[in-house]
This record gives sequence, structure tokens and C-alpha cells, in this order.
Amino acid sequence: MIPAFTGSDMKTILYIVQKEFKQIFRNKGMLPIIFVMPILQLVILSNAATFEVKNIKFGYIDNDHTSTSRALVERFDASTYFNVLTDFPSEALASAAMLNGEVDVLLHIPPYFERDLQKEKYNNLGVTINAIDGAAAGVENVYVTQIVQRFNQNLKIDLFQVSDQEIQPINIETIPLFWYNETLNYKTFMVPGILVLLVTMITLFLSGMNIVREKEIGTLEQINVTPIKKREFIIGKLFPFWILGVGLLTVGLVLAKVIFHIPMVGSLPLMYLYTSIYILVVLGIGLFISNFTETQQQAMFISWFFIVIFILMSGLFTPIESMPNWAQIITQFNPIRYFVEVMRMVMLKGSEFMDILPQLFKTLLYAIIMNGLAIWSYKKTT
Amino acid sequence: MSNNHVIKVEGLTKMFGDFTAVNAITFEVKKGEIFGFLGANGAGKTTAMKMLIGISTPTAGKANVAGFDVFTNAEDIKKNIGYMSQKFALYDDLTVKENITFFGGIYGLSRKEIKGKSEILIKELEMEKAANKLVGSLPLGWKQKLSFSVSLLHDPKIVFLDEPTGGVDPITRRQFWEMIYKTANRGTTVFVTTHYMDEAEYCDRVSIMVNGTIEALDTPKKLKERFKTDTMNDVFLKLARG
Repeated sequence: MIPAFTGSDMKTILYIVQKEFKQIFRNKGMLPIIFVMPILQLVILSNAATFEVKNIKFGYIDNDHTSTSRALVERFDASTYFNVLTDFPSEALASAAMLNGEVDVLLHIPPYFERDLQKEKYNNLGVTINAIDGAAAGVENVYVTQIVQRFNQNLKIDLFQVSDQEIQPINIETIPLFWYNETLNYKTFMVPGILVLLVTMITLFLSGMNIVREKEIGTLEQINVTPIKKREFIIGKLFPFWILGVGLLTVGLVLAKVIFHIPMVGSLPLMYLYTSIYILVVLGIGLFISNFTETQQQAMFISWFFIVIFILMSGLFTPIESMPNWAQIITQFNPIRYFVEVMRMVMLKGSEFMDILPQLFKTLLYAIIMNGLAIWSYKKTT
Repeated sequence: MSNNHVIKVEGLTKMFGDFTAVNAITFEVKKGEIFGFLGANGAGKTTAMKMLIGISTPTAGKANVAGFDVFTNAEDIKKNIGYMSQKFALYDDLTVKENITFFGGIYGLSRKEIKGKSEILIKELEMEKAANKLVGSLPLGWKQKLSFSVSLLHDPKIVFLDEPTGGVDPITRRQFWEMIYKTANRGTTVFVTTHYMDEAEYCDRVSIMVNGTIEALDTPKKLKERFKTDTMNDVFLKLARG
């Protein structure tokens, strides 16, 4: 049952909102955090948080020393992903270099590489990859394979041209076509996600700490002795942070467009509609946390706990599809997951209202539940 | 219950687990009275007061404040009382005027009323020059007087003051008690806790709490007669030591 709002409710809420804004803009420590942190986050994280592996330290042991083996090495040299080419005279030296971290990838070219290729149309190459960082090693493996394959194809053509052999079997090749992010630009993928992070973190921390702060300084008790209604107080408290959250989204979108030239395929009003509901979820969580904590420190720790889980399980950095089943179920309860999905869908794919309806609906439900819990758990009388 | 009584408490008890903070206290406070609520630290004064102002639900007993029951109508009580906590509870990062506006606003006063009241209040407190200063920058004595005035903004029937003069210099304490007298003369009941026994002498009636119970309740004069001493200080010491 939600009682109807009266004019006096609105008046009281206005007084609180007015007071909150004054306090926010008067807080010399807080203002830079609110406005500088998002910009730094977006600029630094979007450039740094990339899964592309570049500047791979590459070394090789050429036991063949023929034109073919040199041609193969040149392929790596030409690639923009591999730099620093080191020619190791022996396996022992190469292993030592890998142990010292001087090379990431080692290519072993066997003796009689060229001769065997021409005679048997087949040969083995050895590749050693430093796999301490498993994800990077996987990517490096793909790069190496691609280069060797391409080398192979050219070689076949060359061989075909020089020899008058029978018809060779046709190679079926897959040509990947990437939709929505044709250039596979990681920034295009990451910026919408990082935008989600900054909106979430700032609104959660600010709202979570705000009410606990009043508990700490004793003003909450003074408020509780007034006839103020719970809903007036909570709406008055949360509204300023809701405005801040929407403001942050705007700052983020402008930066994304101006600095990163992220394509904005979808509708802006739709992004704002979703975000305004999403922020309600975050504010509800923040308020809920503040009702169960006595100090800002406690509230901060609990907020961090949830933020870390929410971020790591949001699909922002690691795809949800590759998580174990139980973890995928948990992500259903992760608001950040839906926000990341919606931002990527709308910004990059141009999804429309009907496409994001499931996310929108779940987020709305989440907002109602969290704010219901928050209002319920806020007690004027203990 | 006579209509003259604005607070009527019967067997009011608050327990925290096994610990009984307030043990079945019974008393009445008359309209317009200055009621001193005394007791050593930890005697249960603040806990009892919190039940009366509707922010702590009693474990047992009955209490009626300003005509409303503390169990069922706590929010109605809040419309009719003012409260000044032990801990300074105005906003340090708002100015004097902004604090008045905010609290006036949440008590439902109109803009016009707030404007009028702030002018009178600031004049009475002689804070004209400090009106636009942040409250955090004011001396403690000023803060306490401001805090008391703010608790009276909505013309409450009863005002509860929890150790209002703690840490304040003697001159300001005196001014503070002048404010209390003025308030009582206007018909507002003043319910005040204090550790200063000279202040207890200024009260119309005084109750002394020891370990969660009220051990004595009377006018300062009668209490002194009963305990055959000259000062409230001695009355307090005799009672508190058991």
C-alpha cells in the first residue's frame, strides 16, 4: 500500500533536497570526487582495461637458416603485435631468456624445415608461450597460429605455382565478420561498461554514506524526533543523488563521444529512461546498507564488498556465458549486469524499447524491492 | 489524569536484553512546569527521555505525552514536543539561517512563518552578525542556545533538554536558564536533565534517578528538608551513594 502524496509531503521533501544540495556543494572534499573521479575513471580505465595483447616479446631459434625460415620470421616481424625480435643461437639460451621474462613467445624452427616442407608438404613448428598470464597466453597462441596459417597459405600458392602437381584439395576458410563493433575496438566495448561503473560506484557510495553520516554526527536522532514521515525523509535524501547519477551519465556520455568517439547508435532517451530506474536500485541498496550500519567505515566496507562482486560478475570484464552455472544464476541478481547489457545494446547495437524490455522490467522490480526494504528497515523508533 | 498533566508515566520500563535500563518509573509533569530530571551517568535518564520523545519503544508500562500514547501515537507526540539532544545536532555545514529554515520546514512551518521566526530568534539570540555564518564556526555556548531556540520553532507544548548546558561557561549557562524561564512563562513545559546541582535548584520539581528507578521526586525545597541538607548537591550525593 502506497499512501498518496500530499502537498505538504512535497514541501517537506523540497526542504530536505535543498539542504542536501547545499551540503553536497559545500563539501570541499566531496565535490572533486564527484566530478573528477568519473572523468579519470573513464579516461584511464578505458585506455588501460583492454584485452588486446600488444608488444609481445618474441624470440626464435632458427635451426634451418633458409629463405623459407627467414620468410616465416619476417611474418612475425611485420606483425604489429610482436616486437623485439631476438634470434637465439641455442635452446638453452632461449629457455633462460624466457625464465628471466625477456621473451613471451618462442618459435622453434626445426632443422631441414624448408626441405621437409617441399618434400613432404608438411612440417612441425614448435612454439613455447609463457603462460603465467593464462588469458594473455591464449591470445598470443591465436596470433601465432594466424601468422603461421597465413604463411602456410602463401606457401601453398607458391608451391602450386612452381610445381605442376595434381589439383590440391580446396581449403575452406572462415572469414569472421564482426557486427556492431566492426573494428573490434576494445574502447567501443569498454567505455559503455565503465560508464556503468562510475554511475554505480558514485551513487552507491554517496547515498550509503550519507545517512550513516547523519547517524554518526547525531543529526539523524534530531530528525527522528520531528514528525517527518519516513517516505518524505527518504525521498528527500535520495533525490539529490538520483540527480547526481543522471548528471554523471551525461558527463560520461559526452566524454565517450568527444574523447573516444564511441558510436551512439541507439536512442539517448531510452538510455536515460533505463538509467533513471537503475539508479533507484543503487540508491535503495545504499540506503539499505546505511540502515544496518552505525559508522561510515562499516558502510564503506559493505558497499565495497557488493561493488566488487557486482563488477566482477557483471559481464563487464569476463563474459557471463563462460561462468559456471551457479555463478550465472547469481548474476541474475546483479543490477550492474543489466545496466552493462542495456548500455552496450543501446549504444552499440541501437536496441529499442522492446529489446531491452526484459532488463527494464527486472530492474524496475529490483528497484521496487530494494526501496521497499530500505523504507521498511529505516526506523524512526527503535 | 488531570488535564493539567502533560506527561503521565506509569511503570515505564526499558530492558536491553537482561539489563534493565529503566525500571518501572512512575511520575507526572504539570503544564508549564520546569521539571528537573536528575541522576548519575548511566542512571537511565537519557533512555527514559528517549521513550518519552517517541524514538525508543518501552518494554513495559504506560506513558502519555502531550495527550498521546508513546506506544501507539509516537508520531503525534513528535508534533507537540521539541528536543535538544546531549550531542549538538544542528548541521555544522549549514548557516544559522539555513538550519532554522530546514528545521522550520520539516516541522511544516510556512515560508512566511519561517522568515518571521528566524528574524525574531536571531534578534533574541543577538546573532545578527552570525546569521549567515556556518554553525560549525560558532562557539559552543552559541550553538547550544541556537539549538534550544530551534527546538522551540514549532511552538511545542513540551521541550525536552538533555544536558543542555554541558561544557558551557557559567555566563552562558545563566543566559541559558533565563531562556528556560522565559519559555516556561509562555506556558511551555520544560523537561530538563542536568549534572549541575545549582541548576537543579532552579527547577520547580526535581526527580532523582538511581540505577533505573526514581528514588526521590519533589520540589528542591522539600527535598532539602527531607534529607536535612542545605544544597541539592548534598541531596544528590546522599541518594546516589545509597
